[in-house]
Amino acid sequence: MTPEEQNFMRKINAEEKIEPKDWMPDAYRKNVTRQMSQHAHSEVIGMQPEGNWITRAPSLRRKVVLLSKVQDEAGHGLYLYSACETLGISRAEMIEALQKGTAKYASIFNYPTLTWGDVGAIGWLVDGAAIVNQVSLQRTSYGPYARGMIRICKEESFHQRQGYEALLVLAQGSPEQKQMAQDSLNRFYWPALMMFGPHDSESAHSAKSMEWKIKRETNDDLRQKFIDQTVPQIEFLGLEHPDPAIKWNEERGHYDHGDIDWEEFYSVINGNGHCNRQRIEHHVAAHEEGAWVRDAITAYNDKKNANKIKNVA
Amino acid sequence: MSDAIKAATLEYATRLGDDAVVLGHRISEWVSYGPFLEEDIAYANVSLDYVGRARMFYTYAAELADDGRTEDDFAYMRSDRDYRNLLLLEMPRGDFAYSQVRQLLADVYYSLVLPELAKSKDERLAAVAAKAVKETKYHVRRSRDWVHRLGDGTEESHKRTQKAVDQLWGYTHEMFDMDETEQLLADNGIGVDVSKLRDQWHKEVSAILTEATITVPEDSWAVRGGRTGYHTENLGHMLTQMQIVHRSHPGCQW
Ligand SMILES: [Fe+2]
Ligand SMILES: [Fe+2]
Ligand SMILES: [Fe+2]
Repeated sequence: MTPEEQNFMRKINAEEKIEPKDWMPDAYRKNVTRQMSQHAHSEVIGMQPEGNWITRAPSLRRKVVLLSKVQDEAGHGLYLYSACETLGISRAEMIEALQKGTAKYASIFNYPTLTWGDVGAIGWLVDGAAIVNQVSLQRTSYGPYARGMIRICKEESFHQRQGYEALLVLAQGSPEQKQMAQDSLNRFYWPALMMFGPHDSESAHSAKSMEWKIKRETNDDLRQKFIDQTVPQIEFLGLEHPDPAIKWNEERGHYDHGDIDWEEFYSVINGNGHCNRQRIEHHVAAHEEGAWVRDAITAYNDKKNANKIKNVA
Repeated sequence: MSDAIKAATLEYATRLGDDAVVLGHRISEWVSYGPFLEEDIAYANVSLDYVGRARMFYTYAAELADDGRTEDDFAYMRSDRDYRNLLLLEMPRGDFAYSQVRQLLADVYYSLVLPELAKSKDERLAAVAAKAVKETKYHVRRSRDWVHRLGDGTEESHKRTQKAVDQLWGYTHEMFDMDETEQLLADNGIGVDVSKLRDQWHKEVSAILTEATITVPEDSWAVRGGRTGYHTENLGHMLTQMQIVHRSHPGCQW
């Protein structure tokens, strides 16, 4: 080990944060960049499935709540893009990678939002799963990422609450509404479990990420936490649990659960979800349609600066 | 409050609520479609202000109506023929220039109407207006800055901005029309006499457009009808989308 490497590992072991100007192994930089940019892209692409319901929100209060939630997600994206830029990659480069398909986003957003209930399910389950992961990431070794997570988690709990409340109203509503809630739960429960990633034995990045304390808990441990917290929430809603094998295990102190369909997981990641193409095309279309606007800003600023220089001269 | 004044105030609060919800909805159509992330945030922000304003006006209207209706009944259970919003606000989203120009025309309008309404003898209307005045200052700054940049940006952005102004101008005239209802309220110090705001609006908008190198159109055409429920074809489609879930489940809570 070089002295730089030794010092880096000393900091990691002492729970000191790695800061942008610190020396770090290339592989660490790459790993953190990949994870943060993926997180940023997820916030941004995640605006689409929920944005799909802004214009159809069934009450003014729900419309306002959903608008502020989606606005928060855009803010998270922005914040994470900036955090990523501390590692030497620009937002434009990240967006290009997203649009070319070389950078990933959370595969959960490749599932369609078909009913109003899905907005509730996403807030409750998808933001809920994200929180479990992000709380753990508050202790991640890269300083800007850890601080970002602390800030973002505060807003995420509002996201989960509003989603759960929306679903609770449905679950206590008319038979059609209750059916809507059950249907949304059934469709989003398993994909939410998959958000934690493959089993640790299968995960390409897990071991090194744990050693460098980029990740603080394993995929399976985080998933178990989420499964455990979700059982009483489903009970309180009075809905049926989508996993017939769910069963309390006294010895483990956790719920046992049925097998996750990993074939579906990889199939959706690999492009066979309902919305993979749609999400990227939407992003590309908005970006391209915005090109003339961005050009206008540049041209306008250039003119104003030229005027300033003229006036000074 | 006399019956006539009460009825007029109910109608007036409904109109202002309709204005706010329709424009708020149109702006919300931009979320995730903006030219960059900061604009998605800004659009959501402005939309929130307008929808929030609609809720306050409708809540007051519902109290005056006192017939068991709620804010959502006003927003979701009335058809386009019942809506009383200004036509300008229901025009479709269009391109970015179109939306920002519409926003400028509307924002300057409200920046003149709301401070007057904040002086209303009707405390409820005054309170809503006073809150909205603050937001509107930010709205005007934003739409003005955008029109400057787009008008005086590239050849393309200039062309799009001029086209938007030319397309929307004819819908601005009715913003300053008075009818019996509004006249009664203005005479009683409750409503705003918008006819008196026209010159100031024209002056401020013209100054911004001129600085943006945009030609201010001649007043050669004028479409009217929003306040009587005689709308463009756009509103029906907008409300169809907005109301579909609510109306598909009659009497349900959300
Ligand atoms: Fe998120
Ligand atoms: Fe988020
Ligand atoms: Fe969230």
